[in-house]
Amino acid sequence: MTEYPLRDSKADELITHSGRPLSDITADAIDAGELTGEDLRTHADTLRQQAQIARQGGYPQLAANLQRAAELTDVPNEELLKIYELLRPERASFEELARLADYLEDTYDAAENAAFIKDAAAVYRERNLLRR
Amino acid sequence: MERSKRFDLLARRDINKETYVEPWPEAGLIVADSPYDPQPSLSIEDGRVVEMDGVHQRDFDALDIFIASQALDLETAEEAMSLPSKEYARMLADINVPREAIARLIAGCTPAKLTDIIRHMNVLEMMMGLAKMRIRRTPANQAHVTNWREHPALLAADAAEAALRGFAEVETTVRVARFAPFNALAILVGTQTGRGGVLTQCSVEEALGLRLAMKGLTSYAETLSVYGTEKTFVDGDDTPWSKAFLASAYASRGVKIRFTSGTGSEALMGRAEQKSMLYLEARCLLVVKGAGSQGVQNGSISCIALPEALPGGVRAVLAENLLASMLGLEVAAGNDALASHSSIRKSAKLMLQFIPGADFIFSGYSAIPKRDNLFGGGNFDAEDFDDYNVLQRDMQIDGGVRPITEAEALSIRRKGARAIQAVYRELGLPDITDEEIDAAAAAHGSDDMPERDIAPDLEAADAFMAGDDDFVAVIRALQKTGFADVADNILEMGRQRIAADYLQPSAIFDADFKVQSAINDGNDYTGPGSGYRPAGARWREMQAIPQAKSPEGFVDPHIGEPLSRLVEIGPAAKGAGREVVLALGPAFGTALATTIGGLDHDDVLEAILTGVAEEGLIARVIRVYHSSDCAAIGYVGARLSGSGIGIGLQSRGTAVIHQKDLAPLNNLELFPQSPSLTLGTYEDIGRNAARYALSAPTVPVAVEIDNGARLRLIVKTALLHRRETDEVCPDRPPMELRFDWEPEL
Repeated sequence: MTEYPLRDSKADELITHSGRPLSDITADAIDAGELTGEDLRTHADTLRQQAQIARQGGYPQLAANLQRAAELTDVPNEELLKIYELLRPERASFEELARLADYLEDTYDAAENAAFIKDAAAVYRERNLLRR
Repeated sequence: MERSKRFDLLARRDINKETYVEPWPEAGLIVADSPYDPQPSLSIEDGRVVEMDGVHQRDFDALDIFIASQALDLETAEEAMSLPSKEYARMLADINVPREAIARLIAGCTPAKLTDIIRHMNVLEMMMGLAKMRIRRTPANQAHVTNWREHPALLAADAAEAALRGFAEVETTVRVARFAPFNALAILVGTQTGRGGVLTQCSVEEALGLRLAMKGLTSYAETLSVYGTEKTFVDGDDTPWSKAFLASAYASRGVKIRFTSGTGSEALMGRAEQKSMLYLEARCLLVVKGAGSQGVQNGSISCIALPEALPGGVRAVLAENLLASMLGLEVAAGNDALASHSSIRKSAKLMLQFIPGADFIFSGYSAIPKRDNLFGGGNFDAEDFDDYNVLQRDMQIDGGVRPITEAEALSIRRKGARAIQAVYRELGLPDITDEEIDAAAAAHGSDDMPERDIAPDLEAADAFMAGDDDFVAVIRALQKTGFADVADNILEMGRQRIAADYLQPSAIFDADFKVQSAINDGNDYTGPGSGYRPAGARWREMQAIPQAKSPEGFVDPHIGEPLSRLVEIGPAAKGAGREVVLALGPAFGTALATTIGGLDHDDVLEAILTGVAEEGLIARVIRVYHSSDCAAIGYVGARLSGSGIGIGLQSRGTAVIHQKDLAPLNNLELFPQSPSLTLGTYEDIGRNAARYALSAPTVPVAVEIDNGARLRLIVKTALLHRRETDEVCPDRPPMELRFDWEPEL
């Protein structure tokens, strides 16, 4: 796997979640107050590359997880926490989960997560894990 | 009732502080092979699983559905399920079958099939399997760092020391949940002081854990717990889908995740559904894999005492580690929670992971005193650091840590504590005083720390959690306060978070801050000459425990001025009459000056000669050159003695009373425990030799038995003997000596 680790092979190409090149992430920039936590976050494309590396390495489920993760990079922290909460047992109705899936797909282009949540909703209905 | 003194003593041994119970499958109290465990089976129609392990899809619970849809590789499933379990077992133990060949097929195996494979394996075969199936080539170790005071300076100091000791991950947790951000902060700053690239986590409730990760205070999360039955899973307030989503959420923030499972949790939660612990663990592991977690912490973890109460429990714990690695999961292999009162038992259990190696041999080596461990007490603690280093050195096995000196520890602990002090001051958090720094640097645990006002700390923690400050503020604070190197390490952790390489399976950072995972350090073990083994600089580092001394140091204290009172006067001749011959080793009083017990050679001579004189005889002193062997020296003395009685005396003090008609290696009395011999003993030896020469009734000299002496002194014994052997002249005959001394009778 010649491109792995990306930290070495793609140091000139990697960008942060905020769109800065990795080379901008320096001690001086921190010292000057130019960077925030958003600048030290990974970009969706990087996660997709990591997903590709995982798939080639024989880890398809990890790859799928990293694909879903890539879709979630733009979802704000508080929303992520809310979605997680809704997926816990007996928190949401079937319709709420279906709406959540659509919302993620429409707002963040998160098709993989949407399908995953719709699968979950169907199982929750079958296994009595929806809100009562 | 009659009591056996032996059974009374045994009853008080540590091993009998444990609880043992007979299996009870109906309650899930059975580690493997419950009569209620299903037989392996799998039916696929139109690319969908319609039956698995004897359950039709209409009866699937949520876990079955998840496993069937997310975990199983249906393309290989038919081939995988048709291969006999015993064949898998044999492949796992066979060094000629590479891990990839097995992993490909295992991807299509159901939980019951996985369990059935283990049925054919003993512990040794499973260890071979783990050595091969572990996904990262280089083994590593994780530390637990907590303290009951939740003192930030102590946390930082202990984290710094753990990092210096080589732990690749450090996990903390909380006693009071509100302390989570500060505990996470302290071990972040501490570890990056000790070594850049140590991954850190704070084990707390799931949502809180994600918040800590979002602030950049942690770089991995481990306690995403899964369970083997649907009811237990729901009792844990999650589903496989919520856990999988959480995994993706962490990954979206560049945080490594590892799920947690382990035998015994379902039985402990009363919902084992009559299944064996191992079968339920196989279900857990397929959920873990299906959710896309790169790894798992298993090996019973906090439930360890439960499988250990049952027959085959320790074997089952190894089996679950092996199953996880077979499934391509990074394994943090347990050994964390207090598993036994008995040092023998806990060490023996450790060997099952230590010898084959695991991605993390411990999922938390307690790098703190047991009393400070908020995970419920470690199975190995800071008190065992030296033991553990010696185990590595004994077996040339890389246990993932390295020995450090006291000076190194004090220095890095102080720096870690000062770094967190600086961060607290710069961020306006409650002050950490210089007195607290001094205490933390030297401390073993919380008991050594001054009281700290907790209320303002908790208020500040709440405010910190609610506020905008994150690890960027921490980096800046360190930069401003002269900790540029620590700041750089945390900043590099940030860059690594952007690159996300450490989300790949079994990723750690090596000593050069380079990622090392199953992708670029995949396990290639196929028997001797392959795979990982510590060599070169790493093996030298493992050997160099501070306790190891240079060999010269053992002999030096025994070198002194040659005895001026002992003069060689000519070849020794055969004597006549009732005399005793005292035959000395070639280095006695010359190259060496004292016995191993530190007695001066001239004092020893005087004592023996006094003893002989007390019986009215005279001892002739000779030196034997052709041998350094005690029996040989004594035998020469006996053969030259007019009475046929000789005493052999080596420079290290070992003595023998010999008689000329005995076989060379036989003797009248032997005194092998030279360190225990006193001048009084030597006098008794002289007296007894004289009594033998007089044919008087003789009671053998009583010597104190010290079975530890050999253990303590064997290196010195060997080196003193070597020094004496250096003086051997094979062709030189025994020489008569004159010892300038008169008995005080």
